[in-house]
Amino acid sequence: MDVVNPSMSDTVLPVVSADRLNADFFTLLGLPRAFSLDQSSLDARFRELQREVHPDRFAAADDAARRASMMLATQINEGYQTLRSPLKRATYLLSLLGVDVGAESNTAMSPAFLMLQMEWREQVADARADKDLVALKSLETNVGEAIRSVYAELSERLDRLTSVSDTPPAVEAVRQLMFLEKLYEEIDNAIFDLEDL
Amino acid sequence: MALLQIAEPGESPLPHQTRYAIGIDLGTTNSLVASVRAGMAHVMNDADGRALVPSVVRYLDDGSVDVGYDALKAIAKDPKNTVASVKRLMGRGYDDIEHRENLPLDLVDVPGMVSVKTRQGVKTPVEVSAEILRVLNERAQQTLKQEIIGAVITVPAYFDDAQRQATKDAARLAGLNVLRLLNEPTAAAVAYGLDNSAEGIYAVYDLGGGTFDISVLRLTRGVFEVLATGGDSALGGDDFDRRIYCWILEKAQLKSPPTVEDTALLLVRAREAKEYLSAHPEAPITARLASGEIVDLTIDMATFAEISQTLISKTLQPVKKTLRDAGLRPEEVQGVVMVGGATRIPLVQRAVGEFFKQEPLNNLDPDKVVALGAAIQANLLAGNRAPGEDWLLLDVIPLSLGLETMGGLIEKVIPRNATLPVARAQDFTTYRDGQTAMMIHVVQGERELVDDCRSLARFELRGIPPMVAGAARIRVTFQVDADGLLSVTAREQTTGIEAQIAVKPSYGLSDDQITGMLKASVDNARDDAQTRALKETQVDAQRLIEAVRSALQEDRHLLNEDEAQLIESGIVRLETANLSGNRRQITIAMDDLDADCKEFAGRRMNQAVNRALAGKSIESVEQTIEQLHQPMAVKEPK
Repeated sequence: MDVVNPSMSDTVLPVVSADRLNADFFTLLGLPRAFSLDQSSLDARFRELQREVHPDRFAAADDAARRASMMLATQINEGYQTLRSPLKRATYLLSLLGVDVGAESNTAMSPAFLMLQMEWREQVADARADKDLVALKSLETNVGEAIRSVYAELSERLDRLTSVSDTPPAVEAVRQLMFLEKLYEEIDNAIFDLEDL
Repeated sequence: MALLQIAEPGESPLPHQTRYAIGIDLGTTNSLVASVRAGMAHVMNDADGRALVPSVVRYLDDGSVDVGYDALKAIAKDPKNTVASVKRLMGRGYDDIEHRENLPLDLVDVPGMVSVKTRQGVKTPVEVSAEILRVLNERAQQTLKQEIIGAVITVPAYFDDAQRQATKDAARLAGLNVLRLLNEPTAAAVAYGLDNSAEGIYAVYDLGGGTFDISVLRLTRGVFEVLATGGDSALGGDDFDRRIYCWILEKAQLKSPPTVEDTALLLVRAREAKEYLSAHPEAPITARLASGEIVDLTIDMATFAEISQTLISKTLQPVKKTLRDAGLRPEEVQGVVMVGGATRIPLVQRAVGEFFKQEPLNNLDPDKVVALGAAIQANLLAGNRAPGEDWLLLDVIPLSLGLETMGGLIEKVIPRNATLPVARAQDFTTYRDGQTAMMIHVVQGERELVDDCRSLARFELRGIPPMVAGAARIRVTFQVDADGLLSVTAREQTTGIEAQIAVKPSYGLSDDQITGMLKASVDNARDDAQTRALKETQVDAQRLIEAVRSALQEDRHLLNEDEAQLIESGIVRLETANLSGNRRQITIAMDDLDADCKEFAGRRMNQAVNRALAGKSIESVEQTIEQLHQPMAVKEPK
């Protein structure tokens, strides 16, 4: 290994610096720290980074380089998964501000929202029992719309935060999103089961 | 400068000097070896021009070993010393092998892995596989006349950690340097995608002799990203043969039952008929049985379609599930690559075409495409990247990984279809006051209960400093590398005490088990949820019992005898309810015990406050109070 390929010299062992390993996911993936995000540039950036650091690029390298490449590739996968999901992204953004969405003190939910949840859940249970595909699909549409409106609310709230004291409404929105996504998944499962029969 | 003298790993230091690496498809029935020469992937043939090596190994009297066609010919006359389909034994325990009684081999229950007793001694499946790999390696050396720096070996996508590890061990035994274990459908996708400059979403439908894999990939400017993978490992071309065989028995109405030899013969005739039907509207089936009876039948396409319909729809179940895991509809798939000999069956072609609403892609040899893909990946890993050749493979873990928690439940840590390499950490805590050791049990599978998943390994974390229940924080990290192999570390966060294992499991999952597990996880989702709820309640109950007992032990003096007895009888009632397995009863008994302890808890709190106030800071009083209030969580919240 004593011959230099000059065109490649700038990519010599690009893999791991402590900076990169410790960087937050937005920095790691080269995206602005915000809830609003361009999915296709996230995808492109992810592939670009994996091209650079994936262990397959270091199959012939020494142990240290291989280990480093695995650590960074792992981190990039984790970052991609986190940023790609709006729920995980919002939770992560808040955690960067030191706000734990899952903390006990954050359990309060608006009664109106809880009522709506219960209503929806009953409707899902009924539709499932009646094997009513049409009802399930219409519930899926409604919950999907509710999820999208929470997304919109989150971009509004999270991307205009000026201080940590402004976070509680965003936290509540994230917690609503948790409920809604779980419900959406249940409806989706019920639809899959019915269509499978 | 030293730094400048390092060529980028993966780039050949001398552009004109090729470092040869090979790709191996180590199949259940047949194996192949391929390599890239002059920029093109080729399968390497033997002196007679044959590409396939039957995956059969025979141990002879004189101490020599036959592999391939010669061994295959001897199966009938020397069955005990001739090992076929060894892939089914890889990484398995003796008890994992189903229908042991029907195998002509002498299987031995050796600790670690099921083994085969031959005239040359007891052989592990790893050793048998190594014989096949040795032959393939020799063929490659003779063809390339160069030093071979390493090999990419393909494995079914559903192979678990134990089976992957066993495959890697076999390669090491055969003197091969393993550059990568590659999933078979992914290898096929690489061969197809690069050959056709494909872009978009592709599905690989891989129906082999005994196994079925389905993978969905996104191809974007040279990045092959596996989105989801699934399969049914108890489903393959052999099942179609058996259907025809059963049809023959039904139609022929034999006067005497078929002998073992008759069965073997009729299965061969069934396979021939199946293959004949790939190109003809009907196939003749004739055979003379041991009794002298003659079988003379003709099977037509419609009949074959009818008897194999359920098999074909069985392959479509995992296809649907995998698409769903990938978040895609069938019409979003741009092309369907067909792999494996059984995809030559026109009915399979048609069913897949109808499902995806398009003609499947057939412009590669379904027997060779996996080996070709492996060779292409091997060439890249060996550092022979041609200028402009800049593709990358991102594969996934096929089965979820988890840890056993209290009550035989599983905490899933890495979900199936996570892109590799992947690592996840999960915090656990102690269950009893003063607990100093903890067992970490690693399992693989989709079900929610430990007993329904495959145990991969157990290891113990020792030296946890004695603390009150729930105070220790043990962070367990799973790391799965690009080969899909797992390592686990555990560290107690407050003291930094660490235990580490590279999972070197004693056995793996059987195909049937995995299929069973995947299927069962859908079928039993509801059961699981109920069982899970019950187990959780039982754990909660047990925790309450422990807490009350420990409080009684410390502070019994705060109660008079009647009060203490009331609480104790409450404990007994709860214990009884807990054994009953009736969740409602347990909840009621818990509520009762809780109510019985209310006064006691209040007195303990007062005592703590009084003690604390006697010469302590407010801060420490608050801490003490907090400790009393703290729920004794078994698991730290995520």
